[in-house]
Formats: sequence, structure tokens, C-alpha cells
Amino acid sequence: MPPSTVLVEMRGVSKRYGAVQANDGVDFRLQGGEVHALLGENGAGKSTLSKILYGFVRPDSGQILLGGEPVRLDSPRDARSHGVGMVFQSFMLISALSVLENIELFLTDLPAVPDDEAVGTRIREFGERFGLSIDPGAPVRQLSIGDQQKVEILKLLLANARILIFDEPTRVLAPHEIDGLFRVFAALKAEGYAILFITHKLAEVMRCADRITVMRKGRIAGSYDARDVDVARLVTMMFGEPAAHAPRQEAERLLQTDTAPAILELRGAASRATGNEIALRKLDLRVGSREIVGVAGVSGSGQKELGDLVLGLRRLTMGVKRFCGDDASAWSIARMRENGLAFIPEDPLGMAAVAGMSVRENLVLGTGRLYHRGTGLDWPRLQSTMEKSFRALAFPMPALQAPMATLSGGNLQRVVIAREMAHQPRLILALYPTRGLDVRSAASVRDLLRRACAAGSGVLLISEDLEELAEMADRLLVLFQGAIVGEFRRGAWTAEQVGLLMTGARASASV
Amino acid sequence: MSEAVLGAVRRKSDAARATARFGAITAIALAVFAAVLLVAGKNPLQAYADTFRHTLASAYGFSELLVRMTPLLLAAVAVALPARLGLINVGGEGQLFMGAFTATAGAFLFPNAPAWLLLPFVVCMGFLGGALWGAIPALLRAANLVNETVTTLLLNYVAPLIVGYFVFGPWRTAENSAYPQSARYPEAALLPSFFGTRVHAGLLIALAALALYWLLMERTRWGLAMRAVGGNPEAARRLGIAVPLWIVAALAIGGGFAGLAGMSEAMGIAGRLRQSLSPGYGFTGFLIAWLAGGRPLGILFMAFLFAIITSAGDTLQISQGLPYAVVNILLATILFVVLARRTK
Repeated sequence: MPPSTVLVEMRGVSKRYGAVQANDGVDFRLQGGEVHALLGENGAGKSTLSKILYGFVRPDSGQILLGGEPVRLDSPRDARSHGVGMVFQSFMLISALSVLENIELFLTDLPAVPDDEAVGTRIREFGERFGLSIDPGAPVRQLSIGDQQKVEILKLLLANARILIFDEPTRVLAPHEIDGLFRVFAALKAEGYAILFITHKLAEVMRCADRITVMRKGRIAGSYDARDVDVARLVTMMFGEPAAHAPRQEAERLLQTDTAPAILELRGAASRATGNEIALRKLDLRVGSREIVGVAGVSGSGQKELGDLVLGLRRLTMGVKRFCGDDASAWSIARMRENGLAFIPEDPLGMAAVAGMSVRENLVLGTGRLYHRGTGLDWPRLQSTMEKSFRALAFPMPALQAPMATLSGGNLQRVVIAREMAHQPRLILALYPTRGLDVRSAASVRDLLRRACAAGSGVLLISEDLEELAEMADRLLVLFQGAIVGEFRRGAWTAEQVGLLMTGARASASV
Repeated sequence: MSEAVLGAVRRKSDAARATARFGAITAIALAVFAAVLLVAGKNPLQAYADTFRHTLASAYGFSELLVRMTPLLLAAVAVALPARLGLINVGGEGQLFMGAFTATAGAFLFPNAPAWLLLPFVVCMGFLGGALWGAIPALLRAANLVNETVTTLLLNYVAPLIVGYFVFGPWRTAENSAYPQSARYPEAALLPSFFGTRVHAGLLIALAALALYWLLMERTRWGLAMRAVGGNPEAARRLGIAVPLWIVAALAIGGGFAGLAGMSEAMGIAGRLRQSLSPGYGFTGFLIAWLAGGRPLGILFMAFLFAIITSAGDTLQISQGLPYAVVNILLATILFVVLARRTK
């Protein structure tokens, strides 16, 4: 292993966006041969710092030294020419092209007619060296998410990057793929590469990082050798005070699975594949009152399709859907909602709100005929109901006339949740409700689901976060390629078991 | 500061910005057109002065502006309303012809009905014809079959052919066979005109349509649903809004307004059905709605401005000896300025 050399040094880097000081005098050093985790809750400034290093964002002040030389990074192209590369959360690959072609697209120093043989050889060579083996001729669209990530890393390595930035690389991976990625990290650092690992998953940081830097409110809250720090300390650094760990639900809580009245029941429910959405195959699913049913799966296993099927957006081609005992197979979404279905999606602006309309208008959307008055709407009554809902949830109520788009991400989701919870829903369909939220907001969403559940609602929780599912779900279903391949009771499963099912490595199981 | 005050301030600055924008676009376009006139060897100041004298400065000229403005307003609303749902209605021209066609059919169906009965009937028929012509692409779009931009555009070529068939064939007037047109409408089917000018009741219908458009979109729950569809169709679907239904409704209502434009040209100006019913009001309406960003007052202003520009064509033809088509340069310049601004 080469001696530790400082590859990146950032001195007093500051960046302000309007009223938000995203980075405030940040000093940061990244050494060759280390995996350096950059931790922090949402909005702590980690992604701004990484964007500055990758030349996406120009700092207002401060200095960047790469390999000891002061540099000016005006664009990602500049950064790449200095050996900085970045693996984004959403991959920058062209699915119709092969691995080789994707990599060639990225390499700027190739001749007009690239020597495919030579590049292919280099891909194989790097692949073997770092555990990134992949067939250069394979079309990218046939690759798993994990393999696509390998292509992204290979791209950077072939472009001679020495400093690799990973922006939440494990978010999209199944558990065994995460292990694979960490092995790649180990191989890379052994050859002197510097790895900047941006995340907010503490367990992963403890597993793979050599050095851990915590950011908080745009500043460096602390930087430690991984051996000298524990999780509790990191949590304190991230939030400034010990985060209240949500009380663990007693595992012995009575399972009313079979006796409680079913709120939602799918029997042999199937739907057809359309466009880029996959088919659902004979799903049997039951959500009782006071029950949280979790659905695990790697992304693209049919979660969105299942959500749309429950909502009534997707027609059943077979089987039956019952809602509170009624055959709801052919119900419209409007009817499902009128009968007490609430929907909390991951991205409120994507699926549950209209950015260009006011908060007030967004609050009335989806309430069906409840607030109709003549040709208009009963705004005062809506306002009083929603005020109650915000109060019950202990959310601050934003200005009603404010355009939705001016709200921060957290407040956007609060508006959607307050609306969805305002009329005592019987079933809450939560589609990745905590994705992208910081630890504390995520905990408050989970708490809210638990409380609704205790009050008699049923919850169908679709999530990728196995920790969250372990904490929340009374029963866990595993979805793979549009079918349910496993069903477990609370506490009767391990991440490995479920991970294998999620990736199709094991056929099916139920406990 | 209270919410209401903040809202008012925001709206006011919005309005100020919009006004500044309209002003800037107009000024740049006029300057460029002045250059064109100079190159053509004309005196642009004289040309603008003539135009002003023959439009805004004379009572007759002003009344003619209102006449021209009537179909433009309706055609613009026909575009603006579906646009709030993200629908692109390029079919105003076809809808206009269909409105005139069905209104004519209505007038010839009950030639002896009294005016208080026939006139409302004819107006409704005009609306229905346009609505039908808008509903066809809407149904195809709502069923996820064809994009409405293409179908509305193509139907523009069908509607005048239908009108052509009838004015050359079954409805052709016996009085003067040299010119293909229908017989004159019964007196009871004609829109009354005012003050001895050509300004007719169609203007009132157009202003009412504009007000109705605003009320519908901003003050009713139906407007809320339609704006939600335009703002985020994915969310609207998931919130239980019947998106296909609103697509059909919006394009049909829009088409209906264009149909009223056709009806008002036929019943208010021509007094009979002709194939030369519209010099492209439907297309100009698209431009107006687009330039105005769908804002009702913007539409009013832009429709008036476009009425001046088209009148300028007549004036320049007579006073400066320029071909009428030179106003197309002015129109194109305006479009160009807007495009340049949008893609910055």
C-alpha cells in the first residue's frame, strides 16, 4: 500500500444558496488509500461539498488543492481532467448501448474510431483487479442495478480517476450487492485510490469506512478515525443531541392477522405489464385493522405497480380486490379514496401534489366531494379540518396561499400527510414514505404510521429499507418480479434471508 | 404581513411583470418592423401614424378593431382553456369552421322560428359544432391513442372541406351562382349589430366567454381539477381526478368557444356561409393565447393588438402601397421575439 498522500484538500470552502448557507468554511482532506465517509442528515451540506469537488458548483470562497496543487474547477470536465470522478445515485448510462460503448462514450482521449479490443481488454483487466468483472459486450439494459454501478465505476477507472465520489451508492442495492461494493472499495483503496462515500446509513459507514467526517448545518461537525468512534457519538455529531430512538415495538404484540377484520384483501390479483411497468402475478395479500404489512423488494420488483393496483389505477386482469369487505376490484381511485384510502408516496411533488398550485388548493385535491359547495368549494370548512389535522400531527401549518413549490421538501410532505390523514383513513398506502428524509423526519413518519395503526387503520408499507421494515412491519412480504416470494411474521426473518429472496437468489419462503 | 396582503402583492407584481413583458415584446417587434419598412423604402413613422389614424383615432376604425377582435378573443380562449391542462389545441380553425357549419344548419332548419328562439338555438349549435370537433381529438387523446396536437391540426383541413361541400352543393344559393356561398340566413338568425357599425353581439359573447373562462378556471372546483391535471397529471390521477374526462371536457369546451367564433363571423358579419369564412383566426388565436400565457387580461390586450396589426395591413396597403402580407412580417417578428425569450 502506498503511503497515505493527501489527494484532496479543501480549505475554507463556502457556498450560499439564497438564504441557505450550504457550506460554511469547510476544511476537508481526502487521502489516497482511504474510504472516507461523509455523513450528515439531509441539508447538512454533503452533496454541495461533493458537487464543488466535482466541479458542478463553484464555491463562493475557499480553495481546492488536488495533489497539493491549487486548482480551479469550473466544470465536471475540469474535475475529471484532475482525476476526480463521481458515481451518481441515478446512473448516467445509455441502456440501449453495450457496456463497452457506454464506457467509450465517457472516455475523451479515444481516437475517432476506438479500438474496441483494447478498451475491452482494459475493462476486463480492471474488472479482475477490483472485483468489477463484467462482460464488455453485454447490453446495459440487461444488467442488474449492481452491475450497472460496476459499469459506472469502471468508466471512472478507465478515465484515470484517482478520487472517486460515491453519492449514496447503496441506496439502490440489495444487501449482497452492498457487500460486493464494499469489497470493491477495499480493493480500490489497497491500490491507493481515494474514496469519498456519501451516505446517511450509519451501519454501512461503520462497516467500510477508514475515516468518518460528519457535516452538520454546512459545517464540519467532526472528523474521526473510524476506529476511534462509535455509532452513538456519530448520531450526536449529526444531530447535535442524542436522537430519540423510537421505542421498539414489543415483538410479542398480539398478531391479530387472522382474526382482525381485513381492510384490504387481494386474492390471486394479477395485472398486465404496460410500457415500462411490469406485470403482477397472482398476489395474495391481506392487511388487517391495526396491522402494518411491509413489502420488501429491490426497486422495480413491482412495488409501484402494487401501489397502483391498490389505489385503483391499475386494472385487475384476474383475481379480486376487497376493501373493507366490499369487492373493490373495479373501483375508481376516487371511490377508493372516498372509502378511506390514504396515499403517502415517496416524492410528494411527483405523485401527490401540484407544485404550481397553492397549499390550500393542494389540501383540497383528492378529497372527492367532501368540500363541494355549489360550483365552488367550502374553503373555511376545509381550513378548519386541515388545521385540526396539522395540529393532531404536530406539524406547523404553512401559509395557505403560498405556492406549493416554495415549500421545502419536508414541509411538502407534511402538507400531503396532513391532507391524507385528515379524514381518519382506514388504509394507509405508504410507498417509500421515508426515502430521502433525514433520520429524524423519517422517525416521525414511522411514528405517525404506528399511531394511525394503533387507532385502527391498516398500513401497507412498501419500502426498500430493511431496518425500517424490521422495526415497523407486523408481517413482511417480499416482492420479486411482480410476485410475492416470501412472507414472514415480525421477528421471524433476517436481512440475509430476505435479501436473497429480494434478488431472486432463493425461490420462496414463508415463516 | 398577512397572507392576503402577501398574496395581493405577489399578484400585483405578477401583473406588473406581465405588462412589462407585453410592452417589451411589442416595442421590439415594432422596431424590427420599422427597419423592414425602411428597407422597403417607406417611412415607418408615417406608416405607424397612418395606422394609428385609421384604427385607434377614428370611430369607424375603432369599431372595426372590435369587429376583428371578436373572433380572435374566442379563438384564443379556445386555445387557452385546454392549455391549462397541458393540452395543445392547434385546431381552432377547424373548430371555427364546424361551429359556423352547425350554426348554419340550425338556422336553415328552422327558418321561420322567431329571433328569441332561433338566435339562442343558433348560438348553441355553433358551440356544439366546435365542441364536437374538439371532442374527437380529445377522445383519442384520453384513450391514449393519438396526441391531440396532431389530430387537432389535421382536423383543420377537414372542416373547411365539409363547409366547401355544402356551399358548393346542397346549400349553394340560387340567387347568384357565380360565387359559392349559402343563401342568406333568415333575419332572425342574425346577430344584432350596434351603433350603425359592424360591431355585433358576438363581441358580447366573446367577452362573456373570456370572463367565463376566468371564472371557471379560478373560481370553481372544476377549474381546480383541470389545473391539477395540467400541473401534475400523475398526482391528479392518483388523487382520484378523472383525468380522461377532464381532457375531453376541456377540449370540447375550448372547441365550443372556437365554434362560437365561427358562428359569430357567419351570423354577425357575412350573413351567410362561405368557405372564406376566416383568414386564419383560429391560428392567430393560438398565437394570442400563447403570447398572453393564458391570462384573461393578456388575451384581451393581445387580441386588441392583433386586431390593430391586421388592420394595419389594410392601411399600409392603401396608404403606403405595400402588400397586405407585410403584416405577416410583423406577426412573425412578434413570435420570434417571444421564442427568443423563452429559450434563453
